[in-house]
Amino acid sequence: MTPDLPSRAREGPGVGLPPVPPDENSEDRWALALSAIDIIAAAGNRVGGILLRARPGPVRDAWAAALALVLLSRRLPGSADADALDGGLDLTATLASGTPVHRIGLLREARGASLLVPMAERLNPALAARLATAMDEDAPPLILFDEGDPDDPERERILPSLAERLAIHIDLNAVRLPMAALLAGEAPPPLAMLDEPGAVAKDPETALSVAAAALGIASIRAPILALRVARAHARANGRSDAIDQLREADMAAAAALVLGPRATRMPPPPPEEEQPPPPQEPPPEEPPPDQEPPEPPPPSDDTPGDDQEQPEPPPIDPTDMVLDAAQTTLPPGLLDALAAGTISKAPKSSGASGAKQKSITSGRPAGVRPGMPGRGARLALIETIKSAAPWQKVRPARADGRLAIRTDDLRIRRYIAQTQSTTIFAVDASGSAAFARLAEAKGAIELLLAEAYVKRAEVALVAFRGSEASLALPPTRSLPRARKELAGLAGGGGTPIAAGLDLARKVAEAERGRGRSALVVVLTDGRANVGGDGQTSPQEAALASARAYRVAGIAAVFIDCAPRPRPQGAELAAAMGARLVTLPRVDAKSVVAAVKAATTGV
Amino acid sequence: MRMTFPFTAIVGQSEMKQALLLAAVEPRLGGVMVFGDRGTGKSTAVRALAGLLPPMKVVPGCRYGCAPDDRSPCIEGCRERAGKRTEEAQVPFVDLPLGATEDRVVGSLDLERALATGEKRFEPGLLAKANRGFLYIDEINLLEDHLVDLLLDVAVSGTNVVEREGLSIRHPARFILVGSGNPEEGELRPQLLDRFGLSVDVRTPTDMGDRIEIVKRCDRFDRDPAGFVADFKDSEQETLDAIARARKYLPKVQVADEMLGLGARLCSAVGADGLRGELTLLRAARAQAALAHKKEVKAHHVAEVAVMALRHRLRRNVLDETGSTARITRALAELIPA
Repeated sequence: MTPDLPSRAREGPGVGLPPVPPDENSEDRWALALSAIDIIAAAGNRVGGILLRARPGPVRDAWAAALALVLLSRRLPGSADADALDGGLDLTATLASGTPVHRIGLLREARGASLLVPMAERLNPALAARLATAMDEDAPPLILFDEGDPDDPERERILPSLAERLAIHIDLNAVRLPMAALLAGEAPPPLAMLDEPGAVAKDPETALSVAAAALGIASIRAPILALRVARAHARANGRSDAIDQLREADMAAAAALVLGPRATRMPPPPPEEEQPPPPQEPPPEEPPPDQEPPEPPPPSDDTPGDDQEQPEPPPIDPTDMVLDAAQTTLPPGLLDALAAGTISKAPKSSGASGAKQKSITSGRPAGVRPGMPGRGARLALIETIKSAAPWQKVRPARADGRLAIRTDDLRIRRYIAQTQSTTIFAVDASGSAAFARLAEAKGAIELLLAEAYVKRAEVALVAFRGSEASLALPPTRSLPRARKELAGLAGGGGTPIAAGLDLARKVAEAERGRGRSALVVVLTDGRANVGGDGQTSPQEAALASARAYRVAGIAAVFIDCAPRPRPQGAELAAAMGARLVTLPRVDAKSVVAAVKAATTGV
Repeated sequence: MRMTFPFTAIVGQSEMKQALLLAAVEPRLGGVMVFGDRGTGKSTAVRALAGLLPPMKVVPGCRYGCAPDDRSPCIEGCRERAGKRTEEAQVPFVDLPLGATEDRVVGSLDLERALATGEKRFEPGLLAKANRGFLYIDEINLLEDHLVDLLLDVAVSGTNVVEREGLSIRHPARFILVGSGNPEEGELRPQLLDRFGLSVDVRTPTDMGDRIEIVKRCDRFDRDPAGFVADFKDSEQETLDAIARARKYLPKVQVADEMLGLGARLCSAVGADGLRGELTLLRAARAQAALAHKKEVKAHHVAEVAVMALRHRLRRNVLDETGSTARITRALAELIPA
């Protein structure tokens, strides 16, 4: 079951040999993933579905095979258009037969089964949004395969509003299975955690709500979905799903499948002290998924509901147990990210607002061209008939007297969407002048963003210092977000110009991939002292990186902010094919002026 | 068709509920913009309000949901054909998906008819479907610009004008526009923002008791929708009555000159651009008074709606981070003696 589309063009580390070290509780994770299948079969759309993060490979195939045993699934092809989901007129067949031919949408067709979406991270935002709406109605349960490389910070991501509506999130990227055993048909060992039903859990609603808050999950949807999963787990195991009959195992399954993967922080030691942060997708940055909880979960014994009298002897307060279970599935990298203090970086939604310059799907109408309808292209009916008309005499007349229309008569509509632009600042944050330079760059970003509504421009910032470059602000047009993320930017250290230029170029290329035009603005004094290897000096490495801009055809402005400009800056600018601006005293306004000159002048 | 979650069963979020009620009482307010995170019950609330409203009378078979007592002729002549017959229909709630194409929104040539019978017929889009109801747009800040422009034009004029594919049609499309979005994911253009009547901020509830209550209620609703809805029947009916009463009362509510003055002073004190702010403020205050069953708009009515009506219209100052809400509250405290 490999996806039927060619794999992504960008080469990543995970083509053949997965770099992720095998997970220590690989088996538990796998058993958990299998239990999710039963839950979906028992609950259907009430829990939305499953988001499975796994690269294509034997593990995922084994999971898909296990799913197929329990639940039929229909595939949503990558080439699908909106009609594929909702049904509509099959234009090609209609034209061929002369009578309307309808096709049933996949949403209806998949009733009673599930709808499986391979490469869900690349799903076009319109389809993803339609699926998200469908989740609130009577849609089949969704199985999304997120095949993005977890190590790639630039990878595409599933539309957050869709991911949020799928209760179960599973990450199989670090799971390794004993393949031989699997091929021989041996069942993996059952999960100890879910094996025994355990005692009756007291007040499950409270336990799940408290645990969600302790894990920093702001959305109220998470505990609601978790409760549904707990009930479905009880049903799937042949037990009653009445609220006072849920067992520890049900709660553990719900916590591990729903709450753990959504966590944005470790449960705080003093419970309920601060407000949960706004909902964030876990930042998947570091590969090794840390499994072992560093500290035992805090006792949250002052939770409301504890003092309700419960005459039954066995009921236990499941909050701690729920937190424990959730910690087996914390998103990979959460702990590292917490340690590094980078948790606040919410990933961008998958470029929903980017529009291609010439589009066949949206924008203002801009004439027609020959082509096949479908894949989002709409038939231009009048033009099609016009182009078929002159040939009617020549073509053999149809028996029913209708127009004879052939494939090459078909015309589709074309649209022009407004070009949208992204300005990427690559700022030298090294040395003593770093502070002032960064401050002015931040000022320039805020000024640009303040005007950005008009042009819908986005801004990003790459800072380079020490030995590397980092994407301090991913492309955004949100002023509050820019403020928040730029607040803690540090300066000082060496000057790795090559690294900075490389990263900025990658961001620019990614933006072009989203159909936006990109402009890179480099702020540096042009003197590199980090980068290169034994043969090449840092300056030569920087020049090489600069030449890549010319090759890639990326527009750039080079702002030389050395107090006394030296030739290195001009050389770099020339190598980049960039407009050179010398600003010995950088200030935000002149940076903005330089950017504007570049965008209007080109 | 699932049952709708009762409006009065929504825990907390009182500002959003109040704004929606005002919009239901006074459709001319021009819609509500809801800012907030995912999973805060935005779409549940809008859906619930649409479900709460009493069924409306429509011309049978009309694809635009025309009202029988409307005097403008329906473009397809349904009203003439239907004669005196009327039909009841649920107030429509249309969820505009993020990726909707212009065709689907505006309507387009009915290809099926065109191909099968050669007839040139208009296939109404979502705007026609939303006529006299609610049009809800989640993540409106991610919507493409040209669609936003189009929606605004229709929302303001109440008419959808279609000039495409050889069709030339205009049909009524009066709806209450409810948009939602998360400002962290992109800003909305000020021109668009300004056209929304009211704006509210929803935050995810932080009170643990509330959160647990929400989970409990959703769970009960899951298990026994009919029973749950029945439990809230009385409060739903009360809300319904309040809306109906307020709608009837609204034309009688008086606005004294001094209240007009207060509105003007408030707008200039906080720097809200344009007349639209003032107009909306007073309309909202009237609706607020009508809901409270008062014949006259008082200063406290203005104060109660001022934040919702003006928050999104303040000129933005890049260097001043004081929240709009705080600026309005401050101005209110100065203008209205306690």
